[in-house]
Amino acid sequence: MSDIPVVSNAWAERLQHRQQSQVPELWDMLDVVNDPEVPALSLWDLGVLCDLHKDEYGKVTVWITPTYSGCPAISTMQDDIESELARAGFNDYEVKTKLAPAWTTDWLSPEGRRKLREYGIAPPTQSACGNASGLTPEFGVECPHCSSSDTKRLSEFGSTACKALFQCNDCHEAFDYFKQI
Amino acid sequence: MTETDLKQATMQYVTRLGDDSIILSHRISEWCSNGPFLEEDLALQNVALDFLGRARMYFTYAAELEGEGRTEDDFAYLRDERQYTNLLINELPRVDFAHTMARQLFVDVFNTLFLQQQLQSKDETLAAVAAKAVKETRYHLRRSHEWTLRLGDGTAESHQRMQNAVDNLWGYTHEMFDVDALEQQLIEAGIAVDSAALRPQWLEKVTAILTEATLTVPEDSWVVRGGRTGYHTENLGHLLTEMQFLHRAHPGVTW
Repeated sequence: MSDIPVVSNAWAERLQHRQQSQVPELWDMLDVVNDPEVPALSLWDLGVLCDLHKDEYGKVTVWITPTYSGCPAISTMQDDIESELARAGFNDYEVKTKLAPAWTTDWLSPEGRRKLREYGIAPPTQSACGNASGLTPEFGVECPHCSSSDTKRLSEFGSTACKALFQCNDCHEAFDYFKQI
Repeated sequence: MTETDLKQATMQYVTRLGDDSIILSHRISEWCSNGPFLEEDLALQNVALDFLGRARMYFTYAAELEGEGRTEDDFAYLRDERQYTNLLINELPRVDFAHTMARQLFVDVFNTLFLQQQLQSKDETLAAVAAKAVKETRYHLRRSHEWTLRLGDGTAESHQRMQNAVDNLWGYTHEMFDVDALEQQLIEAGIAVDSAALRPQWLEKVTAILTEATLTVPEDSWVVRGGRTGYHTENLGHLLTEMQFLHRAHPGVTW
């Protein structure tokens, strides 16, 4: 099944911000830094990488935002970005965390959604497909293994804060669903 | 109020919110490996983690407002019982699963209303924390709502246990809506949430859920308060002993 090529406004804004950046090479460089919990996704794909900036003295500042309030991976993400900057020869850099605006799954890149599915995690349904509240549906999240929509929710909360647990009634595999938030 | 006074008052207010979050987080986390089944065990730990994350954001901000070089760890690990200002409902023991879920229902309904108001706070950090937390709380409430239905409208045993839990906790819910002089000042400054104003909506929502779950809404016949002024139930001391042990035995330890 192919995706309907519609992107969220939030994503379009992120992409535009990146494209207008004065330092595109830095964004490209950090594309290799992946999420420690879902290593199929880069921090950019996940939407955690918010902004970066290089000042006139060459100091690099990177802003990231946590997915959930209690995201335990945030300090690992910070370390991973710092090592990548160090590896590329920068010696003056800082990684800052910012809370606002709050992270949303609308910031996931279309590429990230595809990679999630390939990795065996169902990407968040967009509101048309889920229920009106935007919370995790009880049935019908597309199985990332066999693409069946005959699936059921086993648990509202899965192995990490950002996921819920589903099972497919066709291929019987259990799979993670990346919750919409 | 001078700017320094306002900052000091905000710091105390933010500490209260942090205290509520960390104590509840610790209580829920006690279910780790004791949950009724694996998925529920994981769900509870996810909720605990959300509250822990809030506690960290509030304590970090309180330390920043105070400006005396303390960190989030000093707030969490190096304060005694009388210095903790959490609402009593958060420190009560987990008892059985019904008590845990009844408390969660009361707190989750309160938080959905409270955080919605905190979004409007003139304090940017408080508004930013609310913007993150309000989304997580919708998930928490849906789960505690479903469990209340399942236990209340379940077997005779689960119904009785849920009713006991609701009755035992009811007198602790009033404290959530108390506003003291400190909060009054901050409400006027557009920083704090006027929680007293939230009680009618809270009662309406909780009554609807309990009724749906075939449970009886208790009478307002008794009230316990004191958490905001540092007067706690016996339970908090035991909780802190457990929670602070490592940090007090190995001061400044990090990993």
